[in-house]
Amino acid sequence: MEAVDHSHWSPLLGRLWWDAIPQEPIVLATLVVVVLGGAAMVAALTYFKLWGYLWKEWFTSVDHKKIGIMYMVLGLVMFLRGFADAVMMRIQQSIAFHGNEGYLNAHHYDQIFTAHGVIMIFFVAMPFVTGLMNYIVPLQIGARDVSFPFLNNFSFWMTTAGAVLVMMSLFVGEFAQTGWLAYPPLSNLAYSPWVGVDYYIWSLQVAGVGTLLSGVNLIATIVKMRAPGMTMMRMPIFTWTALCTNILIVAAFPVLTAVMTMLTADRYLGFNFFTNDFGGNAMMYVNLIWIWGHPEVYILILPLFGVFSEVTATFCGKRLFGYSSMVYATLVITILSYVVWLHHFFTMGSGASVNSFFGITTMVISIPTGAKLFNWLFTMYRGRIRFELPMMWTVAFMLTFTVGGMTGVLLAVPPADFVLHNSLFLIAHFHNVIIGGVLFGIFAAINFWWPKAFGFKLNEFWGKVSFWLWVPGFWFAFMPLYILGLMGVTRRMREFDDPSLQIWFLIAAFGAFLIALGIAAMLIQFAVSIWKRDELRDETGDPWNGRTLEWSTSSPPPEYNFAFTPIVHDIDAWDDMKRCGVVRPTEGFRPIHMPSGTGAGVILAGLSAALGFAMIWHIWWLAAVSFAGVIGYAIIHTFNYKRDYHIPVQTVAETEAARTRQLAAAGA
Amino acid sequence: MQQTMTQSAAPKASPEQITAAFYDLNEHDHPEGGSTMLGFWIYLMSDCLIFAMLFAAYGVLGGNFAAGPGPKDLFDLPLVALNTAMLLFSSITYGFAMLAMEKNKVGQTQLWLLVTAVFGAAFLSIELYEFAHLIHEGATPMRSGFLTAFFSLVGTHGLHVTFGLVWLFTLVVQIGTKGLIPANKRRLMCLSLFWHFLDVIWIGVFTFVYLMGML
Repeated sequence: MEAVDHSHWSPLLGRLWWDAIPQEPIVLATLVVVVLGGAAMVAALTYFKLWGYLWKEWFTSVDHKKIGIMYMVLGLVMFLRGFADAVMMRIQQSIAFHGNEGYLNAHHYDQIFTAHGVIMIFFVAMPFVTGLMNYIVPLQIGARDVSFPFLNNFSFWMTTAGAVLVMMSLFVGEFAQTGWLAYPPLSNLAYSPWVGVDYYIWSLQVAGVGTLLSGVNLIATIVKMRAPGMTMMRMPIFTWTALCTNILIVAAFPVLTAVMTMLTADRYLGFNFFTNDFGGNAMMYVNLIWIWGHPEVYILILPLFGVFSEVTATFCGKRLFGYSSMVYATLVITILSYVVWLHHFFTMGSGASVNSFFGITTMVISIPTGAKLFNWLFTMYRGRIRFELPMMWTVAFMLTFTVGGMTGVLLAVPPADFVLHNSLFLIAHFHNVIIGGVLFGIFAAINFWWPKAFGFKLNEFWGKVSFWLWVPGFWFAFMPLYILGLMGVTRRMREFDDPSLQIWFLIAAFGAFLIALGIAAMLIQFAVSIWKRDELRDETGDPWNGRTLEWSTSSPPPEYNFAFTPIVHDIDAWDDMKRCGVVRPTEGFRPIHMPSGTGAGVILAGLSAALGFAMIWHIWWLAAVSFAGVIGYAIIHTFNYKRDYHIPVQTVAETEAARTRQLAAAGA
Repeated sequence: MQQTMTQSAAPKASPEQITAAFYDLNEHDHPEGGSTMLGFWIYLMSDCLIFAMLFAAYGVLGGNFAAGPGPKDLFDLPLVALNTAMLLFSSITYGFAMLAMEKNKVGQTQLWLLVTAVFGAAFLSIELYEFAHLIHEGATPMRSGFLTAFFSLVGTHGLHVTFGLVWLFTLVVQIGTKGLIPANKRRLMCLSLFWHFLDVIWIGVFTFVYLMGML
């Protein structure tokens, strides 16, 4: 693509000008579709008078359950965007042979692979994982909300504000063309002069605030708000993994914030952190960003290990094998995840001894992970296994993830890594663990906890269709990449000279096609289930014969979760209660103290998004105004001391009486 | 132990007794803000990591002068010592504010907070004077990797002190209007943690950047 002169600047609009609207037909067509679709949605919401409902019941809600659901919706929407990027790459790579340049120019293609990585990690996997923890953890520990309910709402909106900035870059300006970690010197001003990297920086900074605060919040919640009797070693495994993940978040995300700030200083102020001259050091960036980046992959996978543990125990009808070893394995992974970062750049040239150290630590991390797999297998051994959808995803995970783990151990050997570094073998490896681990885990979790969140199960037929399209689709899409990587094909290529490679890319594209059908089947599954919800209704609150406290309350749970706080005497508290024949109390209710909703989170995140946009486009007046707005509004918010209310005793009694009738009708 | 108790008690216990063993039937409102100090401390540890990164960057880039001036050409130790004294005094006076808070004396608390603010502002003024002097001599952050890392580390600390001052004035107003209610006491405790934390960071800066730079 010919270079466009983007040097225009005006005091009012900064760098923003007509040339910011991309001229590529694909992007323009998408823009038209998005504008029309968006207008239709706004019109529908207005016509059905839903704005007030959304604002009052959802956007300003501090209820951890609603915030959890909003995170999941954000993750799903962004997943569709990230997957569209993936399909575009697969098509480009499968046709760009024999001198055909494909249909994407280099400028566009480079943005796509960058956006795909950034979106899938930060705005798909993170919201999914945070959403699950938000919804499930307070219920599992017998709490009524998180420690800091307003902060929770604010965190969600900051994440959303970051996602909005990324989406905006598709239609206004450009996104980074640097790869998902934006290594300098390529990401420095000299080589990425326009707004792409700035979109990258500011969307991650804004979303990062949300992630960090949500981490602080959930740690405090788990440490401080467990039901009486729930000692650390009686916590459900999902809560344990959530605790470790949030410790990792708090210990890793500040590193990302610091590195992004340094890159910002280089780009905006001419500092020399990572420049080629004046004493900068680009390799410091690579080190620092992976000190965040490696814990990040464990931030993503640990909660899903928790999900698989809950699912396996529930659907095998027995207590998880090796509860304590599971806890210690999780803790060991948490610690080890900080001493392996250098394996992402063995080729940097740190020398044999440094590379050996990081190679060995990387291999060591497979030991606790292996212990976990054996725990799940031994739980299944002689268990009464019910192959419902969550269990099917769990089995698919065990098979798929193990292969991904083993290719990871291969890559941990520095000499092998020198051959495979930056090849499609690496791409296949991390998709193998992220899709086979994180994504399959999220699908297991959605199928498992959907009835808890909405009061009806998901349709099984379409769920199975989705499963049988997804799993083979994954293998078709990524096994060819292992082979191509072994043949020496590097990542992020736009066109190829060697025609013998094409068949593998065509097979991979076929896999992506199967996955697309799998995603469609999943959306149909959601739609059919909502449509036929009365047939799928679960009146008991415990559709799977669950073991942990979230199944002891109604589906969906009342705003206050538990009318009386449960007292815990054992691991798997709800299973223990069922075995002891506990009768649910039906009188003697008390008013319940709850936090009130507030619009402050939406407003602060909106101002932060405006600040990010202004900084990206160098609109200095808007940056100053929105920054002052953030600080000023935050101070004003601290003058509001009335942040809670009581749910009156009659409301609690009525809600619980309805639950009693529901249970009686269900024959429970 | 709990487990054996419930198992042995289960056969004989009445349904009411079992229910009472598994549900807290006489629960009272939990006092507000029970997690605040823990949450704020965790936040401070995350902030500490940002400083750790800046220290690390200084460790890596601190010797990269790019043919420009080094620490011995630039630092004025007596001035930095004066600056350090200002910050340390401000920590002591914040301690006096907390003692006054414990005695529920609004006016005295406000007075000590304002004294703290004066020392804090003095610290910032001296730092800004130092920065202006360096920039005037051509030792700008753009000049070398060393100066980039120096200005970023010291400047980030200074920004924290600035935000601490904004927070401090907000609290002076809030305890003036609302008094020393539990919510305000919690906020004063948080700011206290924050202020002393900045002191600790400064000791690191003073030792690692200034003293070791002049050795």
